[in-house]
Amino acid sequence: MAGKKKRWLALPVAVVLASMLALAGCGEAATTEEPGDSPPAKQEKSTITEAGSTTVQPVAEKLGHAFTRKYPDVTVVVQGGGSSTGVKSAAAGTVDIGAASRELKESEKTLGLVTHVLAQDGIAIVAHPSQVVSDLSKEQVRDIFAGEITRWSEVGGADREIHVVAREEGSGTRAAFEEMVMGEVLIGAGAILQASNGAVRTAVAGDADAIGFLSFGYINDTIKALSINGVAATVANTNSGKYPVVRPLLFLTKGQPAGVVKQFIDFCLGPEGQAIVEGEGYMSAY
Amino acid sequence: MSRHFMDRLARYVVFVTATLSFLILLAIAVFIVKEGAPTFEKVGVLDFLTGGVWRPGQGQYGILAMIAGSAAVTAGSLLLAIPLGIACAILLAEVAPSGVRRFLRPAVELLVGIPSVVYGLVGLVLLVPAVRHIGGNGFSVLAASIVLMAMVLPTVISISEDSIRAVPVAYKEGALALGATHWQTIWRVILPAARSGIGASIVLGMGRAVGETMAMIMVIGNSIVFPKSPLDPARTLTGNIAVEISYATGIHEDALFATGIVLFLFIVLLNSIAVVTLKRGTHAQSLA
Repeated sequence: MAGKKKRWLALPVAVVLASMLALAGCGEAATTEEPGDSPPAKQEKSTITEAGSTTVQPVAEKLGHAFTRKYPDVTVVVQGGGSSTGVKSAAAGTVDIGAASRELKESEKTLGLVTHVLAQDGIAIVAHPSQVVSDLSKEQVRDIFAGEITRWSEVGGADREIHVVAREEGSGTRAAFEEMVMGEVLIGAGAILQASNGAVRTAVAGDADAIGFLSFGYINDTIKALSINGVAATVANTNSGKYPVVRPLLFLTKGQPAGVVKQFIDFCLGPEGQAIVEGEGYMSAY
Repeated sequence: MSRHFMDRLARYVVFVTATLSFLILLAIAVFIVKEGAPTFEKVGVLDFLTGGVWRPGQGQYGILAMIAGSAAVTAGSLLLAIPLGIACAILLAEVAPSGVRRFLRPAVELLVGIPSVVYGLVGLVLLVPAVRHIGGNGFSVLAASIVLMAMVLPTVISISEDSIRAVPVAYKEGALALGATHWQTIWRVILPAARSGIGASIVLGMGRAVGETMAMIMVIGNSIVFPKSPLDPARTLTGNIAVEISYATGIHEDALFATGIVLFLFIVLLNSIAVVTLKRGTHAQSLA
């Protein structure tokens, strides 16, 4: 009886294994048959990998799609991880392009990275749409994030505890915010840390007492951007230089880029790419 | 193929795979010790383990706040999971009719299969706003404990249930024959007899709780503070590593590996306790 049972089992097992092998084979089928319409330099499929700043991520994805529409044999893979991850990955050669939303630190300048300025971006201080307060001075923002001001009543709002939301230490947005708003003062240890612009937005959108900072490109109806020293958080104000918190968005490559990567970066920095950049709510690099 | 040859071959293959798993474990241990050891030279073991400030940007590497965070969340989840888990185990082993058991036991085991990021998502979307109503801003030790309880529960339930079932029928029959009610039998005879297995299940659940990363990052707030109340945010040792490793370099990266060493040692300790507790139980039972 035992022998019969085993033989019966062998058939479904064999079928499963065989179908797995067949499906694995399918993955490679769509290869390099297309002559393509003059793909950059090579005739085979190529991939450009990009990782780093979550501020750059959405615009990098749009740029990647536009580039693939123009050159169908090239795929652009875009990941997040934060600016410091972008720097580290580009320097290590893990990705072709690293993205950062801050200037390189002194310690990073020796890594052999070449910077390409993609855009300029403002950092907005945001709160829940129901928040009464709509304007803060730069000093008030600094004191709130440092943990010195703890209740909304101290800045003209209701008597409720302020819930501070910040980014993780490796974030370029955080580094730029610290440099331009906090100065030497440290962000308080009690702040809730979220790992991306999107996560900060979700956290602030869900909490009526929250305050956080994020890239202009992430402003939408779920949160309310506060004005700083009376200057509203709009692209017009960053263009005119009135809004105080602006930083560069960078693409980083290990050494000078070549081949497909160079073509992609030239595309992003050229008129088509910059049009997409402005469409996403960032400022052109020029 | 002679039977003898097949026998030898099978033994050989099994031996090789067992050695392979051991070697992999050894390789992991050696790797994290190699990467993390420089921290202890540069920062000092005592400063590292008892320092309350973790600010890599300022060169400060003290993980005490994270140890407190992990401990608080583990304690909270066990506080919730132990009574619920043992009660459920008693239900499944002693009280439930077989139809209910046939449905409930696979459901409990299904909980193990749910990816932890899904638990984190549910916690983020449902629990955090609910805890916000009670106080604080929602990202808290309380929310994390509840999420972790859901993850620890299946371990506690299934191992406790198995050890309750393993209690010799003679104990139960003897107690009932002497006139004890069913509940008296459970409470005073079966549970004490199964206590080593239940103890082992709790220790294993603790191991799972300490190692949980993804769900914790999503609901606990990741602030580097000592949690003074269940409504305070905190950061776990695992969360510390996961949040920072992708961009850490130099001493910072070494310090994260050192955190990994601490975690590794803790898990080894917990698992050893579990094994010893379980062994003692079966030994005692076989003597009875």
